[in-house]
Amino acid sequence: MTMPYYVAPEQVMKDRAEYAQKGIARGRSLVGTTYELGVLIVAENPSSTLHKISEIYDRVAFAGVGRYNEFDQLRVAGVRHADTKGYAYSREDVDARSLANVYAQYLGQVFTHEMKPLEVEILVAELDPVADAHQLFHIAYDGTVADEQRLTVLGGEADTITQRMAAKFRQGWPLREAVGACVASLSGPARTLRADDLEVAVLEHGPWRRAFRRVSDEEVAELLAGSEPAETAPARLPDSAPEAPAEILGPGPDAPEPQS
Amino acid sequence: MSLPLFPLGNDPGPSFIELLRRSGAGEVVVARGVGSSVTSAGVGSSVTSAGSLPGVTHGTTIVALRFEAGVVIAGDRRATEGNMIAHRSIEKVFPADRHSAVAIAGAAGTAIEMVRLFQTQLEHYEKVEGVRLSLEGKANQLGQMVSANLPMAMQGLVVIPLFAGYDLRLKTGRIFTYDVTGGRFEETEFHATGSGGRDAKNTVKLGYRERLGRDEAVELAVAALYEAADEDTATGGPDPLRGIYPVVAMVDAEGYTRLSDEAVAWHFQNVLQRHRERTEGAERS
Repeated sequence: MTMPYYVAPEQVMKDRAEYAQKGIARGRSLVGTTYELGVLIVAENPSSTLHKISEIYDRVAFAGVGRYNEFDQLRVAGVRHADTKGYAYSREDVDARSLANVYAQYLGQVFTHEMKPLEVEILVAELDPVADAHQLFHIAYDGTVADEQRLTVLGGEADTITQRMAAKFRQGWPLREAVGACVASLSGPARTLRADDLEVAVLEHGPWRRAFRRVSDEEVAELLAGSEPAETAPARLPDSAPEAPAEILGPGPDAPEPQS
Repeated sequence: MSLPLFPLGNDPGPSFIELLRRSGAGEVVVARGVGSSVTSAGVGSSVTSAGSLPGVTHGTTIVALRFEAGVVIAGDRRATEGNMIAHRSIEKVFPADRHSAVAIAGAAGTAIEMVRLFQTQLEHYEKVEGVRLSLEGKANQLGQMVSANLPMAMQGLVVIPLFAGYDLRLKTGRIFTYDVTGGRFEETEFHATGSGGRDAKNTVKLGYRERLGRDEAVELAVAALYEAADEDTATGGPDPLRGIYPVVAMVDAEGYTRLSDEAVAWHFQNVLQRHRERTEGAERS
């Protein structure tokens, strides 16, 4: 019998974490925050058909960064979980907390037991229809759950973007201001993001049952036009080149698949 | 409940019914007549007819007609158990999704469950696939559900839905009817089913013309239900004493809207007024 080389468990975990982090950092980031009417999610995503942000249930939204096929599989599983639960019990029994726990268990399971961890970070957001206690559950590749009520950032440069966001955040700010701040935080001082580089969606209070709404590119452009912060003049004018803006962390040589 | 993940070869796709079947969570639901797992009580044994099955609530008359901007769909509020009134204010018209509505006649319990499953199925498809089903696709889905209910129907629990919606591609209202086997037929003008369906249908037939206006169409639907209630004991008429009026909904390009009770009451007043004028006119001559 051949004995495998002994590798310390700490090393295994470290390697896996590093692998997952690398994969996630190659993609573009995403910001979730609360605003006047609910929850706002802004992602950097040049594709208009492959979504990072989606609807799970009446008051629950999903967003993911990292490897598209992996977080999309999680999204579909989330829709299935929520619809089954809402059908078996009642629509009001579907909540983000239970879904976040299920996701966390799965991600944790894969992280410890499988060869390859999932290279994703996901956000499960819930609109609170009564009080303004909206919930943002941020679930990392290893199943760690963080529960936020103000803002959360997913993706490669999370720390830097969080700092930028935290400096601007105001409780109950209007959509225009919130979108402006999210976009400015995502882009940083060196770049400018335009409406078609972004994917924006909200969970908003209203008379309708399904709170999820995608904000169209035209509406985003209109919101951004009105919220251009005067103090941070763009370092370069928005160029008209059709290519996506340069990534801060460009795909490394070991990037076999494109990340969305 | 763990995360519902499936191996590649066994993925239920965007179908909620398949999901229930495969996840095992839906055994109960599926056995209630929406799946194929229902075993009939045996054709040779005494197949109970709907009328004699005790304690089964029945919904009655529903009507749908096209008008210039879409469709009007309406249903009375009475449910019966044999010769008793089981409920005075049940609802038989439901939004299926934003641009379609479904109305039901037949065994109320099975029918309402079918509607709930149908609504979930449409929304599930939309969320998983990222696009809505076409109106045609929705109508076919409902047909499959009705046909899956056939074993139950054989035992007397017949459910006959009426499906109406606004086709966003053809930019017109469309009406689909079903038979007990799930056969799906498209009506070009109007349709009514249920115990008072014949009277309702005749009333609509007499007043119908192409490109009716919105108010005219609503009034015709209301008049049809009034006539049905006049002839059929199982159909409930307007009940001003308790403030119970039929459910009247419209589906047009803007989506599903249900008329308020006040609006329906007002249309009833008009129908009654016309009746009075007719009888008075007859007396005078």
